[in-house]
Amino acid sequence: MALLEIRQLVKDFGGVRAIDRLDLDVEEGQIVGVIGPNGAGKTTLFNAITGMIPPDAGDIVFDGESIVGLRPSQIMERRISRTFQTVRLFSEMTVRENVMVARHCRTRSGVLRSILRTPAFRREEAETKRRAEEALAFFGSRLVGYRFDMPAMSLSYANRRRLEIARAMASGPKLILLDEPTAGMNPRETKELTDLIRQMRDHLEVTILLIEHEMRVVRGASGHVVVLDFGQKIAEGSFDEIVTNERVIEAYLGRKATAET
Amino acid sequence: MTTIPAAVAPVPVTDAGGLLPARQVDLRRGVRLGLIGGTTAVFVSAIGMVEDFSGREVLDELSLGTALLLAIPLVFGYMAGRPPAQLEGFAPTRPGWRSPVAGLMAGLLTGAVVAAFVALIINVNLREYFINITPALAEDEDGPRLLLYGRSLGPGLGLMLGLNAALAAAGAALHLLATRLRRAILAGVAWVTAFALLQPFVQQVLRGIRDELQIETGPLSRFLYRGDSLRIAAAVAVALAAVGLYLWTRRPGRIPLRTQVGRLPDRPRRLALGAGLLVALLVVGILPSVLGSFLSEVLGVAGIFVLMALGLNIVVGYAGLLDLGYVAFFAVGAYITAILTSPTGGLEAGWTFWAAVPFVLLAAAAAGLLVGTPVLRMRGDYLAIVTLGFGEIARILFLSDWLAPTFGGAQGIKRIPDIVIGPFEIRGPQAFLYPLLVLILLAAYVSYALQNSRIGRAWMAMREDESVAEAVGVNIVAAKLSAFIVGAILAGLGGALFATKIGSIFPNSFDIIVSITVLVVVIAGGMASVPGVILGAVVLVGLPELLREFEDYRFLIYGTLLIFMMLRRPEGFIPSRRRAQELHEADIEQDAWVRARAEGGADGAVGSTASGG
Repeated sequence: MALLEIRQLVKDFGGVRAIDRLDLDVEEGQIVGVIGPNGAGKTTLFNAITGMIPPDAGDIVFDGESIVGLRPSQIMERRISRTFQTVRLFSEMTVRENVMVARHCRTRSGVLRSILRTPAFRREEAETKRRAEEALAFFGSRLVGYRFDMPAMSLSYANRRRLEIARAMASGPKLILLDEPTAGMNPRETKELTDLIRQMRDHLEVTILLIEHEMRVVRGASGHVVVLDFGQKIAEGSFDEIVTNERVIEAYLGRKATAET
Repeated sequence: MTTIPAAVAPVPVTDAGGLLPARQVDLRRGVRLGLIGGTTAVFVSAIGMVEDFSGREVLDELSLGTALLLAIPLVFGYMAGRPPAQLEGFAPTRPGWRSPVAGLMAGLLTGAVVAAFVALIINVNLREYFINITPALAEDEDGPRLLLYGRSLGPGLGLMLGLNAALAAAGAALHLLATRLRRAILAGVAWVTAFALLQPFVQQVLRGIRDELQIETGPLSRFLYRGDSLRIAAAVAVALAAVGLYLWTRRPGRIPLRTQVGRLPDRPRRLALGAGLLVALLVVGILPSVLGSFLSEVLGVAGIFVLMALGLNIVVGYAGLLDLGYVAFFAVGAYITAILTSPTGGLEAGWTFWAAVPFVLLAAAAAGLLVGTPVLRMRGDYLAIVTLGFGEIARILFLSDWLAPTFGGAQGIKRIPDIVIGPFEIRGPQAFLYPLLVLILLAAYVSYALQNSRIGRAWMAMREDESVAEAVGVNIVAAKLSAFIVGAILAGLGGALFATKIGSIFPNSFDIIVSITVLVVVIAGGMASVPGVILGAVVLVGLPELLREFEDYRFLIYGTLLIFMMLRRPEGFIPSRRRAQELHEADIEQDAWVRARAEGGADGAVGSTASGG
């Protein structure tokens, strides 16, 4: 049984069908690239999986349990985390705090314990901090040391993207959804992140669903690629199979003029 | 700002080591500020502030009204002469003739606007529409002629113009001085202003010290003041002392006390800290008797607002939920205390204060839940409107005939007993300060403890981006409700203290204006900043009680202050560290833009960093 099973998923925005009877299986330990032209429904798919928008029909089964209709925080609790296409950090909070927030659903301390500073609270707080720093250390020296206490907005663009990934990792997920993680990065940073995405899978034993426009990243990172167009899955397979697929080329480049006549 | 594109055209400019030429004091800004200053002077005259204030002498024979008129050119001149902000990539602005000239222009224009106003009110009878434009301003033959400083028309106008120009130029010329010296002089001006305005406070404290500590302060008091007003000699002495103190405490190479204590070996450090604590306790111990009953009363009112502001700070400052009906929780705390402790209340319970406290906490928490639940799905403006409604609902319920058998309706509840601690009865405003202080310390501790905790981080995440907070696993429902409940409990405790303090409560004490005042305190003090909120409450609530002259203009001043803070200092008096950085991010980004232009100008590339702004 696949880790994530999507069956006949439908999402309409007014008259536009953003996702059209989509079936998708993601096996445990895979890195699945999701590609497709703009407006193909990739981000809508992510929003549906994480519960940020309710689907109109169909089912999403994660780890043997349907997660349709759960709140985003409940889905996060079931170990799916994500990043956003436009980086969305808590910009006034420090780098470390941004990641610590992601441990929220794995910790329990409430108002009373926080005020009384009980031993349980202090243990949990120390553990949260350790986990957060661990996740930040994944990116080498970029986000550690004095940067722990810098506000998130003081980071460079590439570091903000890295911080968002660290935040997604810190919650201990089984499935991470990365929405264009290399957007706005230079070629060197892109190459580095491609390697890191593979390491993430190997070291943390997570499954990754990756939206990406940069084909080098898709080729470098994902073993399996899914192509969406107008909300439908038009192709699926290894990267090499996909790039030679007629329908994929058509979706990206348009139909040849001669073919229409 | 308009000068930047022109200045960067021949990039890079090699003057002063590759920097762009310094930005200069803008004379047009002086003109604009002069007009604003003149309008301000006309405004405060036309609403009657100047005349109201002219009854009190503050500095020798100078009345508060005249002092207000003279302060306007000084302040606007200072603003006009201020050099533009130092941006990275530009050479530093050197002080020069432009500062005083800009100030002079501002002052002359201020004077000109006031002169035009004088001409207008002498020739046209505006009193039918503006009842506060009285003859005392300029017309009366033998009246005070406040705008003309008591002179007849010609010499008066000349004197007024001259004074405005001279004061504004002097204010602007302060920018020619070194920063340290300028700040020292500003400190001197601030201290003299404080001593002159807070005369009742200073004299009471001196009296209190004499009565309580047997230290003869009479001569000092007589040296400082003649009647209500500060003597010139005393003003000079105060100013010199303030300047000296400033220069001494900010002398170069001085190590801050905190660092000095931190460097001590373990044993002496603990001794020093212990001694510090002991002194603080002693000061707090004798404070109420030194302050006397009137000042203690003022501090008590301010303290209740501190408590409420700390609570609202959790709701608005930490969790970002704009609650305009905060007074409802205050009212619940006060009413629950009243009906449980008063022998004549609806329940005729007659309990002690301490027996009522658990029920106050429960009732406040329940009220928080009651208000929080229906507004879970609302954000921003909508939340504000609905909570505003809840605040009014609470007041109207307590006022209603329906609940009158329990809550007394318009009659309120009387005979609420004082707090009893062991053998002591907390009676009178002075004793009241002790339980109040304990609660404030508790509330401040709670604020700090929650700020650095799982729940505090969840609140802050929610404040910054609710949907992302939810997506990274924060249970928004629980976070919102807990913020409302904690805030409600602090306000409820404030209400309980308030009820025992005044002994009888009426629905009209729980007006919408209380909510607004607390909100102003939080915003002006600094959202999410505990020291800021405490200072805000003391300044905004305590000072107006002390300066009776300002009472009528209290909300005018609140409004002006809010507008000023939003424009100039949105992070508040004492900002929480992070807010200050975020709100001035625009400046940083502009620096980046300038730097990118300066560096990349040669090969025609504009840095991509600017696109984020």
